[in-house]
Amino acid sequence: MEHYLSLFIRAVFIENMALAFFLGMCTFIAISKKISTAIGLGVAVTVVLAITTPVSNLIYNNLLREGALAWAGYPEVDLSFLGFLSYIGVVAAIVQILEMVLDRFVPFLYNALGVFLPLITVNCAILGAILMMVERDQTFLESTVFGLGAGVGWGLAITVLAGVREKLKYSDVPEGLRGLGITFVCVGLMALCFMSFGGIDI
Amino acid sequence: MVTAKEAVFKPVFENNPIAFQVLGICSALAVSISMSTTLVMCVAVIFVTTLSNFAVSLIRNRIPTNIRIIVQMVVIASLVIVVDQVLKAYAYDISKQLSVFVGLIITNCIVMGRAEAFAMANPPLISALDGFGTALGYSCMLIAVALIREPLGSGTLLGYTVLPKVADGGWYVPNGMLLLSPSAFFIIAMLIWALRSWKKAQVEPAQYQIAANIQYKGAM
Repeated sequence: MEHYLSLFIRAVFIENMALAFFLGMCTFIAISKKISTAIGLGVAVTVVLAITTPVSNLIYNNLLREGALAWAGYPEVDLSFLGFLSYIGVVAAIVQILEMVLDRFVPFLYNALGVFLPLITVNCAILGAILMMVERDQTFLESTVFGLGAGVGWGLAITVLAGVREKLKYSDVPEGLRGLGITFVCVGLMALCFMSFGGIDI
Repeated sequence: MVTAKEAVFKPVFENNPIAFQVLGICSALAVSISMSTTLVMCVAVIFVTTLSNFAVSLIRNRIPTNIRIIVQMVVIASLVIVVDQVLKAYAYDISKQLSVFVGLIITNCIVMGRAEAFAMANPPLISALDGFGTALGYSCMLIAVALIREPLGSGTLLGYTVLPKVADGGWYVPNGMLLLSPSAFFIIAMLIWALRSWKKAQVEPAQYQIAANIQYKGAM
């Protein structure tokens, strides 16, 4: 249990997807002008990450890795080079399914998240988390916790940035730095702050 | 119709993918710590963007609109697999340093964005040139960042000593901050500032204007 809690805390704070690895930056900067939309996007990313990471873990361990196809009678086959193609397929398919399921059964959530769901396919935080999970050779349960933590961390970061930017628009910023430039500086400062979490161990 | 020259050179300064369109920032920050990884990344992105634009444009009239994103993804993912396998075979050390970032070219918004915005509506040759130009604009920005980070952060450039460090008997005290990824944010912000002071048209309008102090005038 402690192992998983530690993994979760680590994924949320110390290895924050947005502020420590800089993944999903494009959406992170483009859609952080308002807190309410930022929270919506954060929830959507968390849900997608919590589902896709374990599913990719199953695919990797049971189909792709060297010797994984032994149950089908091909113990010497190594399909790991097909990884990228399968993971992105999984992400695209799950986002599509999630969109349809939400539309049918949870319409209020669909209306809140609807615009962002298709965008999530190309969010590098999702694919990044999956590739990291593969690189670290995690088990199924570990990958579930890691995916959930990575999503929560990303959502937390984008919400905080949106809060900063909502106040920022009242400030008098030099002309050339206005908009994108000052946002970069803010994210840089936030990333420095998040580095102070480094070394915490539970 | 876009001319070939425009397609290649416009994205470099006028419409830079990183500084103006806010695309492909993720990898720009993480790999720019040393020049060698940066150059490899640039070549990989140029290769993938050019060929994916070309391929998507070739089949653009046959892709059903509903599944076009997935089709584009498959094209891009296949090209990235080629790059990844080549890197693993011939430049294993660099491929280890880049770790997940080679795979993340798939979700690099530049590749996807150009396929969707340009290649779906234009003939193959000009699309390939547009992909090349956009990736070139990305590369310029990335190389500029690496050019600041590597010499000032670790005193070397492409592994050769440029500024001899105090630790090795030289005079330069390396700035450790530049080895940390947040520094890339500050450098890119400064580059954007410089670029926008030069090309005024890119300056964003102010979101909020402080109203004139009418009350004070009335009190006079």
